[in-house]
Amino acid sequence: MNDVEKPRLRHRKMDIKTGRVDLSHGSGGRAMAQLIGEIFHEAFANEYLAQGNDQATFAAPAATGGRMVMTTDGYVVSPLFFPGGDIGSLAVHGTINDVAMGGARPVALSASFIIEEGFPLADLKRIADSMGRAAREAGVPIVTGDTKVVERGKADGVFISTAGIGVVADGLELGGHLARPGDKVIVSGSIGDHGVAIMSSRENLTFDTAVLSDSAALHGLTAAMIAANGPALRLMRDPTRGGLAATLNEVANQSKVGIRIEEDRLPIKAEVAAACEFLGLDPLNVANEGKLIAVVAAEAAETILAAMRAHPLGKDAAIIGEVIEDDQYFVQMTTAFGGGRIVDWLSGEQLPRIC
Amino acid sequence: MKYVDEYRDGKLARAIAETIRAEADPAKTYHFMEFCGGHTHAISRYGLEDLLPANVRMIHGPGCPVCVLPIGRIDEAIELAKNPKVTLLTYADLMRVPGSKGQSLIKAKAAGSDIRMIYSTLDALRIAEENPDREVVFFAIGFETTTPPTAVAIKTAEKKGLANFSIFCNHVLTPSAIRAILEAPKTGKLPPVKIQGFIGPAHVSVVIGSKPYQAFVEEFGQRIVVSGFEPLDVMQSVLMLVRQVNEGRAAVENQYIRAVTPEGNLAAQKLVDEVFDLRDRFEWRGLGYMDHSALKLRDAYARFDAEKRFDVPRIQASDNPACECGVILTGAKQPADCKLFGTVCTPETPMGSCMVSSEGACAAHWTYGRFRDKTKKNQDERRIAS
Amino acid sequence: MCLAIPALVSELLPDDMAKVSLDGVTKEISLAMVEDVAVGDYVIIHVGYALSKIDAEEAEKTLALLAEAGALAAEAAR
Repeated sequence: MNDVEKPRLRHRKMDIKTGRVDLSHGSGGRAMAQLIGEIFHEAFANEYLAQGNDQATFAAPAATGGRMVMTTDGYVVSPLFFPGGDIGSLAVHGTINDVAMGGARPVALSASFIIEEGFPLADLKRIADSMGRAAREAGVPIVTGDTKVVERGKADGVFISTAGIGVVADGLELGGHLARPGDKVIVSGSIGDHGVAIMSSRENLTFDTAVLSDSAALHGLTAAMIAANGPALRLMRDPTRGGLAATLNEVANQSKVGIRIEEDRLPIKAEVAAACEFLGLDPLNVANEGKLIAVVAAEAAETILAAMRAHPLGKDAAIIGEVIEDDQYFVQMTTAFGGGRIVDWLSGEQLPRIC
Repeated sequence: MKYVDEYRDGKLARAIAETIRAEADPAKTYHFMEFCGGHTHAISRYGLEDLLPANVRMIHGPGCPVCVLPIGRIDEAIELAKNPKVTLLTYADLMRVPGSKGQSLIKAKAAGSDIRMIYSTLDALRIAEENPDREVVFFAIGFETTTPPTAVAIKTAEKKGLANFSIFCNHVLTPSAIRAILEAPKTGKLPPVKIQGFIGPAHVSVVIGSKPYQAFVEEFGQRIVVSGFEPLDVMQSVLMLVRQVNEGRAAVENQYIRAVTPEGNLAAQKLVDEVFDLRDRFEWRGLGYMDHSALKLRDAYARFDAEKRFDVPRIQASDNPACECGVILTGAKQPADCKLFGTVCTPETPMGSCMVSSEGACAAHWTYGRFRDKTKKNQDERRIAS
Repeated sequence: MCLAIPALVSELLPDDMAKVSLDGVTKEISLAMVEDVAVGDYVIIHVGYALSKIDAEEAEKTLALLAEAGALAAEAAR
C-alpha cells in the first residue's frame, strides 16, 4: 500500500464514511486528485499507477508470439452490490474473461468511472477495494484509469468501463466461426447462478444456501485447457447476457452449423432451478459471469474435460452436446423427455413470466 | 422439487406415450384442444408432441390473456401512463406487446412514462403506499386464476383507505371463450374446428372448480379433462381423452385431483364476486365482441376503476389484415399456415396476438418448435436410424 | 395463464402472509385466498398468492395412476 505515491495534499483526508461524490471530484482539480489518490490508488496499488501519468508505460510482455488481444466492456449492473460480487469485481472479471476467451494471457486492465453526483464515498471505496482485490487475485493489474462525475440523475450511481489486453501464443487459432459438425460442446459449470443472484435480490427471494453470483476470472481455467490440448480447441466463449442460449446461437450462426444439446446434461443447481420456477425464467436465458463454453474436436473432448474438472472453476464441467450439420443454424435441445425443442435467443431482456 | 419433479419423469412420459400409441385407434384421428396458454407452453417446452402418435394432434386454444387483449387496450394504457401523475404497474408479460403505431409499454417507458414491472399485486399496494403523491394504476389482466389476486388488492386498498390506487381492468372469463369456439359452427363468427375434447386449464380450474365445464358436455357433447400443469399431467390427460373417444363417452374428468375440486376455491370466488361484476360485452382480440365474457368493478368500488377515475380515450385499433391470429386462436389454422409467420411476424416484431406472449401458439411454435417445419425430414430420418 | 408453482409452507406470518420454500428458495406470499393453512402444508403459488393447498393423498393417487399408465405399455409389449 505504501508503494503508492499519493498526491501531495494540504487538505484533510476525505470523509469516506459519510461523504458523497460531488461535481468538484470530476473537475480535474485538487478534489479529484484526492478522490483518485485516497480511493483508487489505495485500492489498486501497483507500480504503473505509481508512475502517476495519464498513461501506463510497460515493456512489451514476453510473448510466445506476436499477437495481442484487446477488449473492452461497460458495466451498468443494478443493484451495484449483489450476493457474490459487485459492479467492481464484475468489471474486473468480465474483461479478464473476454481476453481469456481469445486464448490470451491477460496482461493489464484499465478502468474508467462515470460517477453520479451524490454517490456515497463509502460505496465507491467498497467498489474500488473489491476491484483491487479481484485484480490482485487474478494477477492482472489495473494500470491506468479515468474518473468523471456527472450531475445527479445522469448516471445510475456509477458506471464502470474496463479494457483489457493480453497476449496469445503462436499456433492457437480460436474463433466463433470455427465450430464444425462432430465437435463437442462443453460447459464449465452450473448455469444461471449470476442472473438468479441478481434477480432474486430484486424480487426478495431468499435462499437457504445462498445463490451467489458466479463472477470469477477464468484465465487460469482457460490456460489449463490450452495446456491440455490447445490445437483441439475451436473456440471458447462466456455466456453472459442472454445466457447459454444466446452464446450457442451466436456460435451456430457464426460457424454456420447447428448445435444439439441434451437437457439432462446441463449442470444446474437445485436452488437456481427452483428460483427460475418461482420467477418464470428459463435457466438457458439467464446470465453467467464465471462460466465458459468450449467447442472442441471430438477426440480431445475427454482430455480437455478432465483438465477443466481438475481446476477449481471447472469442477462441474460437462459435455452437453455436439455440433451438427444444419443449414438453418438452429440450436436444438433434446428434453429430459426425449422430445425436441429449439433453444432460441430471446428478443430483448428476459422478463419474468406469470403466464 | 416436490410435486414438480415427479411429474416430469421423462422415462415415465415415454412409457405413457407408448400406452397412448397402443390405445389410439389407427383408423381414427384425435384432435384435442389445450385451452390454456400455459399448457401450450408446457407442450412446446417439453416437446410433448414428439411423443404422441401422429394421429393424436393438439390444437392450441385462446387461453392466453395477453394474446386476447385487443391492441386498443394497450394504446389506452399507454395514454393513461402519459399522465405525469400516473405510475402504471404491469405484469412483465405485457411490457413488449405492441399497440398500434409500433408503440408498446417498454417503448413508452423509454420515452419517459413511469411504467414499472411487478410480480404481484402485493407489490402494487406497496408502491401505492410508499408513493402517496403518485396515482398508482395497476394494469389488470388474466383469466380466473389471476383475478382473485386483483380482488384481494382492491379489498386491501379499501381497508387501508388508499386514495391513490386504481386498476385498469381487463379480466376475462374462460367458459365464455370455450363457448365461443364451440358455437362457431352455429354463429359462423369463427371458422369451425374439429375438436373432440379439451385439455381443461389447470389453475383456472383450481379457482372455478371442474363443475362449470359440465355445461359443455350437456350442450355440445364435448369432453373435458382438467389437467395439471406438468408434462406427465398433460400426457395422462391426453390418454384419458383418447379413452373417452374410444369408449364413446363424453364427460368432465379431473386429472388434477391434487389441486382441483368440483366446487373450486369458494373463498376466492366469493372475493371476486364481491368486487367484480360482468361487463355486458368485451372485445377479445381474434374472437371479436363477446357478451358477459369479462369483468368490471362494481359501483361500490368505482373509485378504484381507472377508466372512471381518468379520462381514458376509447381507442379502437385493428390487427394487420394479413394476420391470421383470430383463426389460429380457435385452432382452425396452425402458425406455419400464416403468411406472416417467421417473415414479417417474429417475437421481435410481432404482428398479432399469438406471437406477443411466450405462450401464444405462434410464439410457442417459433421459440420451441419451428425447426420442425424445415427439418422434419432430418428428424424422421434420425428417428428411423435410432 | 397459469404459471403456478407448488411450494412448502415453512412459516406463518401476520396479516395473512406466509413464507414458502421450494428447494431451498424462500419467498413471502399471501394466504388471503386459502383457509386453514399450517406449516408443512404444500400450496400452489401464483403471482404471490396461494391458490389452494395440494392434497397429498390425491397427489399419491395421481402418481400411482401415472405409473400404471406407464406400465400398461410394458405389459402390452411383452
